[in-house]
This record gives sequence, C-alpha cells and structure tokens, in this order.
Amino acid sequence: MSHAIDPYRISEEPFYQPQADEIELYEAAYAERLPVMIKGPTGCGKSRFVEYMAWRLGRPLITVACNEDMTASDLVGRYLLDAGGTRWLDGPLTTAARIGAICYLDEIVEARQDTTVVIHPLTDHRRQLPLDKKGELVHAHPDFQLVISYNPGYQSLMKDLKQSTKQRFAGMDFDYAPPPVEAGILVRETGIDEETAMKLVKIGATARNLKGHGLDEGISTRLLVYAAQLIKRGIKPNAACRMALVRPITDDMDIRITLDHAIDVVFGQA
Amino acid sequence: MQPTPPAPSSSLKPQTSSLVDLYRPQLTCNFGQLEDVFPDCIAEAVALLSPQGVKDYLDGASLICRIGRGFEPVLIYLEEMPQVASQLGEGTLELVSRTVWRLSRGTNGKAIPHFLQTIAEAARRLGSEESLERYVDLMMGLANRTSTSIHGNQNATFPSPGLPLFLDQVPFLLSQLSLEGLKNWVEYGIHNYNGHPERQKDYFGLQSADSRAILQRERRGTLFMDRERQLDLYMKALWETKTQYVPYSEGWDELRKPVPYYDHLGIRVPDVYDDIRAPLSNSPPDSGGKGKRLPAGEILVSGIDRYRALLAHIAAHRRWSEPLIADNFSPFQRVAIETFEDSRVEWLAMAQYPGLRRIWLALHPRPGEEDCDPERESCIRHRLAMFSRALLDPNHGYRNADLLEFAAKFHELMQSKDNSTKAVAGLAVSYIARTRRQADLSPNVYFTDTLIDYRDDNRHLWRYIEEGDEEERFDEERKLPPEEKETDRLPPRHYPEWDYQTKTYRPDWVSLYESLHPAGDPMRIDALLSKHEQLTKRLKQVMDLLKPQHFVRVRYQEEGSELDLDVALRSLIDLRAGSQPDPRINMSHRNDGRDIAVMLLLDLSQSLREIPEGCTQTLLELSQEAVALMAWAVDQLGDEFAIAGFSSNSRHEVRYQHIKGYSERWDDRVKARLAAMEAGYSTRMGAALRHAAHYLKTRKADKKLLLVLTDGEPSDIDASDPRLLIHDAHKAVQELDQQGIYTYCINLDPNADDYVKEIFGHQYTVIDRVERLPEKLPRLFMSLTR
Repeated sequence: MSHAIDPYRISEEPFYQPQADEIELYEAAYAERLPVMIKGPTGCGKSRFVEYMAWRLGRPLITVACNEDMTASDLVGRYLLDAGGTRWLDGPLTTAARIGAICYLDEIVEARQDTTVVIHPLTDHRRQLPLDKKGELVHAHPDFQLVISYNPGYQSLMKDLKQSTKQRFAGMDFDYAPPPVEAGILVRETGIDEETAMKLVKIGATARNLKGHGLDEGISTRLLVYAAQLIKRGIKPNAACRMALVRPITDDMDIRITLDHAIDVVFGQA
Repeated sequence: MQPTPPAPSSSLKPQTSSLVDLYRPQLTCNFGQLEDVFPDCIAEAVALLSPQGVKDYLDGASLICRIGRGFEPVLIYLEEMPQVASQLGEGTLELVSRTVWRLSRGTNGKAIPHFLQTIAEAARRLGSEESLERYVDLMMGLANRTSTSIHGNQNATFPSPGLPLFLDQVPFLLSQLSLEGLKNWVEYGIHNYNGHPERQKDYFGLQSADSRAILQRERRGTLFMDRERQLDLYMKALWETKTQYVPYSEGWDELRKPVPYYDHLGIRVPDVYDDIRAPLSNSPPDSGGKGKRLPAGEILVSGIDRYRALLAHIAAHRRWSEPLIADNFSPFQRVAIETFEDSRVEWLAMAQYPGLRRIWLALHPRPGEEDCDPERESCIRHRLAMFSRALLDPNHGYRNADLLEFAAKFHELMQSKDNSTKAVAGLAVSYIARTRRQADLSPNVYFTDTLIDYRDDNRHLWRYIEEGDEEERFDEERKLPPEEKETDRLPPRHYPEWDYQTKTYRPDWVSLYESLHPAGDPMRIDALLSKHEQLTKRLKQVMDLLKPQHFVRVRYQEEGSELDLDVALRSLIDLRAGSQPDPRINMSHRNDGRDIAVMLLLDLSQSLREIPEGCTQTLLELSQEAVALMAWAVDQLGDEFAIAGFSSNSRHEVRYQHIKGYSERWDDRVKARLAAMEAGYSTRMGAALRHAAHYLKTRKADKKLLLVLTDGEPSDIDASDPRLLIHDAHKAVQELDQQGIYTYCINLDPNADDYVKEIFGHQYTVIDRVERLPEKLPRLFMSLTR
C-alpha cells in the first residue's frame, strides 16, 4: 500500500517568530522521537509552530482537527463497502505512522477520552499501532512523531485529558508573545507600520486583562493580524479593530463598550 | 411730545415719571407699597416687552391685586415677570396670573407666594413656554388631587398639605430632574401619600427615604449604579486594577460639594454624572465656550466618559504617584505640587492612551489669561489652572512668559529619565516662587474656572508627620450611640413591591426578617407519620414508580445496544453513492435522573388557626401533617428540598422562618421545627416569594419548583387596597418565572378561584376537602414532578 508523501510536505518556509528556546527544545524532542504536547491559548501560534518545525525538519505534516464526534476509526481507519466487497482505508494516524510524518492532533481535548486512547501504543516505547479490525500491527516509521495541542484555558472540567494520556508527552507552554515581539509579528505578517502594530498590541493587552471577567479568551495574535490586514487595506483603524477584535470575541454589551472605548483612547480618535 | 401708544423700540428712553403717569392708571391696585416699586418695574417691562405685553403684564398684576392675598404676590409678579416673559414669550404673563387666580379660588391660597417664587427659576430651567405650561399643569394637578374634602362636600375644604413644601423644593428638584422625572416623582407622592397628610408633607419636603429614593431613580444623567460593571471592566482592561467604589451623592450637600478621592477603602465617585452639553444659545456663554462653537445642546462629554476621565486620572495616580511628606512644604507649595503632579500623571497616561486627551481637555476649564487681577485678588488657583490647561492643550494660546518657560521645562523633565513625583515637585516649588505675588495671601481668592472636577483631591499624595486637620471626610461614619442589638435574627433584607396603578416598583418597600423557626418536640411529627401509616405505604408504591428509571434514547452511536434503522439505511445509501458513510448507526439507552430543587413555602398567617367546616383539626395541624408527609416523601425520592414559613405584620416586618434548608437532612432537628409551627399575623406573599426565590435560584438543579401552601388571599394590615398585594404577588410569580422557577400554589380556601388565578395563572390547585390535604399534598408533588 503506497501513500503519496508529497501532499503533506511543506514546501515554503512558514514565518515563525521564536520567543525563547522552543525550536531547540523541539528539535531535541524530535531527535529522541518523543511525543510532544503543546499548550497555550487560542491563536498564539501553536499550529504555526508545528508547521514551521515540520518544514525545518523536512518531515511531512498530517494535521487532524479533533472534535467531539470523532471516533477511533476516524483516526485509525475503517473498512468501506464497495462493489467487490470491502476495502480498508487508512485513517490519518495510520498514514502518518506508515510514511513517517509528524501527526498533529489539534485541540485533542475536544475528542472524547475513549477515542484518544488509541494513540497510547504509538506514544510509548512500542511505537506500534494495532489495527484490530484489519488484524494488522503497524510499526511506526522511524521518522514518525506525534504532536498534540491543548488549550487549557476554556475547557470545562469535563474536558480534560486522562492522566494516562497526559503522561506520554513532553510538554511545551506557549503564550502570547511579549508586546514588542508581537508587534514585530504583526509587522512581518502584514507589513503595517510599527507604531500601529504597537497600538494593536496595546488593545490586545487590554482585552487579555479581562480574561475571566466576562471574556473566556483574550484577543489572540491571530485576530490582531486580521485587524492589521484590514488596516493595511485602508480601513480606518478604529473600525478595523471593532470588526476584527471586538465583535468576534464577545456579545456582552458592557465588555464591548469597554473595548470600543479602549480602541478610541489608544488610537486617539472618537 | 407724548408717546401714545408707547413703542419702546422707537422711543428714546422715555422719562420714568412719564411712564408712571402713563401706565399707573392701567393698574388697578391700591396697596401703598406699590408706589415705591412701580417705576422700576414698569421701566423694565417697557424695555423688555411689546406694547401688548405691557398691557397683559398690567392686567395680570391687577388680577393678582384682586385676590386679596396682600401685597407680596403682586410684588413678586411685578418683579419677576418681565424677565420671564421676555425669555419665554409673553403668553406666560397671562398663564401665571390666571394660575394665581385659580389657586386663590380654591383652598390653596396660602401656596400662592410659594408658587410665584418658583416661576423665575422654573422658567430658567425649563426654557420654553410649553414646558412652563406643563409645569403649571403639574402643579395644579398636585394641588387639586391632594386637597381633600369631607362628608362628600363638592368643593375641597382642606388645602393640600404637600403643595407649599413641594413648591419650596421646586428649584432643587428641577436642577435634578427633567420635567418628565418631576412628573413621575409627584405622581408617586400623590399616589402613595394622599391619605396621610403628615407623610405627604415628609414626601414633598424631601424628608422621607422613599422620596429621595424615587428622586434618585428619576434623576437625569448617567447613574453610577447602572454603569458599575462597565467601569469595573474599564479599570480592569486598561489599568489592570480592581477596586471598590463608594458612590456619594452631590445632591444633598449644598454648601460644600464633595470631591472624588481614593484611599484604602476604595474610590469615592459621584453617584451620577450629567452629560456635558454645548451651552444653549440664550444662556450666557461661560468661559468654556470660547473655543470652537458646537451646535447648542450637542453632547460634548457623555456621563460615562466623565466617569472614565475620573477613573483614568485616579488610576494614573495610583500607578505613578509617590507620597511626599506634607510637613516639608508650605500650603501654597502643596497646591502647586498637586497641580504639577496631576499634570505629570496625565502626561504619562496620555503617552499610553492618547485618546484620553480629548476627554480631559473637554472637561478641563479654560481660564482666560486676563480674567484674574493679580493686584486685588489671590490668583494662585487661576495661575495653576492656566498652567495645567497649557500642559494639556497644545493650542492654549497663553502668552505669559513664566508659564511658557515652565511648560517647556515640564515637558523637558517628562522626556528625561528622572520624571518622578519628587522631580516634578521641585519644579512646582520653583514655579510658585517665581510667580509669587503680593496678593496671593489675600483672602479674596479667585475661583472662577479653576475647579477641575474630574480630578481627585490628592489626599493620597501627602504623608503627615504631625496630625493635620487638612484632611476631611464627608462620608466618614458618624459615631452614633450604640443601638440595642437584636441578636436572634439576621439584618433585614429589603424587597421592592409592585404598584399596579403606577406600574412601577416601590423601591425597598418591604423589610423581610429571616429567622430560624423555634424547635418543638420531634416525636410529634413521627407520631403524625405513623398515624398515616396506610397512606405512607400507598405513597411508597407511587414513589417506586417515580424513582429515576426513565429511559432516554441516545442516537448516533457507533456502538450501541440496537441498530437504528433510519441511520443505517442512510449510511448504506451514502456508501452506494460513493460518499463517506456515517458509521454511527446504532443507538442505546440511558437512565434519566431526576434533578429537581423544591422549596415549600408555608403561609403561617392567623387564619390557619381556624377549624374548617367538617373537620376536627385546625388548618395548621392539617398543614403540619401534610408537610410532614410530603417532606418524608421528597426525602425518599432524594430531591433537593427546603421548607420555610412566612407571615407579615405590615411592610416593615415580613417574617420568613426557616424550617428546613437544602443541606439539612430530614432529621429530628427539622421535625422539631415543623412540630413547633405557629400561626399568626397576615399574608404578604410577594416579598416571601422573592426571598424564597433568592434561595432557590442559587440551586444548580435543572428544574426548580416553588410550592406555596396558603389558605387565603394576600393581605396585610397596612394595605388598604387588597388588589395591591394580589398584583404584587402576581408580579413576583412573573419574576420567578423569568428566573426559571416554576411556582405552584396549593390553596385551602374553597373560594380561592378568583384571586389565585390572577396570581398564579393556571399553576394552582384548590383543595376543597381540606381534611384530605395530608394525602393530596405528596401526591400533588409527585404528579407535578413526574
């Protein structure tokens, strides 16, 4: 059974702004083929980091966005009926294990706990994936690595990883970059001027202060990039910020008014 | 040459004496004092009014002369009306004189001088003839409706007790309320205190608590209470601090206006801020109007922005100010340091949030450079206000050399590294030394346009080595003689009551006292239960059926107990069609648990002591049995359950007695309280419902049920209108409904249908054969929660 590797390869270098020694740490983990867990709030650059590392290490990347309805067969694969009988179709996890890709399970906690158990044999010394329906034991390719991302912020008590799952990973914490770095990211991503970028970051900081006081999550770097893109298109900064930063994150009138005011005082217009 | 008829616009200042000769005969009035004031008044009238206006003016005065209330009303009319008529229109002349005439025909003649005194102020506040007319209608309405008659006499015989007091308050009321608000305030007073002359006086004299509460509710502007969360978020988001706020009112202290400040207890903020609008064209332009003219009435700074300006200023102090030793500086130096420090923290804040400049600038007064005469007055405040303006406003336009030099020095200092409080204090001290004038020490201090009202009083800036008397706390608690403490109950909770006639809530109308029900002998309840042994057995059978065993089908399962044919077929079709089939073709079942929180509210009013027809027990005993059985049943079912009783003795004392709490087991302590149940007083249901809801709504259960067991309609000794409490109870049920609480009434009064429907809609049962209550109640509960 041959799998095309090429669609999973990352041909161009994604932009990633290192914040500390995370690249070094990841490379060491990859060298040992340790599974890695990446934690951090939404839109802070977790997926971008994985993409960047896959490019840097020259490995194909298979990304699975997890959700509540996902079952083990969605990861591992299943039999399909066809005219002549049945046919086995590999799931993304199996494909990655066969071709030696980095398999990235995004937002792993969204999947039900009994689903996530299937990754266990791949994530310890065995590095195998039993396909019990097919009766095959897949031995992972030597280059295969499993990465999961995990946002500890907004999940309820019900949605957490089992201890037995957690304790199979090396963990890395991500957070929003410090203001100058974050502004640098905005400049690099969208080409707006530094001063506007700093102002956007300032607004981002005000919203992040409200986390837990009516906001589940602060304004992410991703949204700041959106706002910068709109400004770059010639939209007035105040309007762009309202559209990209405030309206998406909250329906709470008081918080909206507060953030709108923050935009006005930061950009100095009314 | 005699000007006949007089045309003031064309005539060149006719001699006063000739005016008197001309107009005096038109005024029929024989008071001796009149001759002294007439020349001045008529001169003003001729100058301001049209010929027809002068005629109306004199006719009006003649009319007022004839009412026989002495010279005072005439004098006020003559003095005030020319101004009023020239501002609002000459129709006001007749309006006022006619109103005085009407007042004099009724019983409220004493109020006439009071009324006339309000005209000038009301005209100034209201600004148009129509508004003044509405004000007069309002006043006449109050006069007519509160004047009382006895023995069905056609004409009112007693004057309105509240009217003169009301009229005395009008200037203040109009400064706080819009005409609409004034109307609501008056309506409330008439409605609630028409039958109580003394209380009516208290209300209209602004002496009673609810008079002030209603005033507060009707006030214009941005109430702090409404915006507290927003401001909280503002502080949290932009300044990363969280504090307590202590609102204070500016409404009552006339002499010395409180100023915002902060200390360890929190930030003192005014309870209301009006929007600041561009000045109206006919009012004298104040100094703030020297800048760009905006259309009259346009909002310059909204109330919420004024709060933000204040909080931003205080937050900036908290972030950047360091205290100084007050004893090291003279009072003048301290004033200067405070101004410089204010400017310094604002400069730092604006570096972060440039948009603050617009708000602060709009709130900052703009002192004219030449307004203060340094030879005669102490200009120290004026100089500092100008300096502060100059730092905030790049286009200040001041030319004073010292000011410009120090402004430049200030900016230089702020750009440098060492821009601490100490450094800027040094600059302030040298500024005050440089600009010192002889008259600075004069007691004649120039205050106009120097008060910057969004700034706090800077008390946090000073540390006193010696106890000073500079500090002042307007909201410090006064030491009252310790009152007698009642230790056996909690402090009262206040609940509003719905007034169906005005469609408003009466704020904090009812005081509710909660206490633990006294305990009796728990054995009695056990005895009651064993008396109904047969019944409990039957109930138990019903309950076994009721216990959680409902199956709920769970569809879309990959693995389940049964095949879900619908989904399976769909998947097969998908597969044949070549698209991804849904593998979740099974279904399973799960148990649905009960998740109910119940509150049983017992009416413990006096009527419960009656023995109904055909019974041997009192209603109280029957209720006791019923409640005991129900409590036992609910305990068996394992639902969350609480019991409380209520009774009332006027609105000042609604008793809420706690019998069983949610966390308590159905044990001897609860049984003991139930055994000691006593009946007495009246039934004020609304407040009890609201209080019960306050407990019920914090429960986490899916379904919340409030059962009310009562034997009659709501009533109380201080409610003369029985409809009032029925409507209030109905309103309370609606409120509960909105909170997701299902209210159900079990009524023991066979004639209850009329009112109970009005209160509870369809959610009620009337139990006709009361002796069967013990059996009915638990069954009812089970059928409700099935």
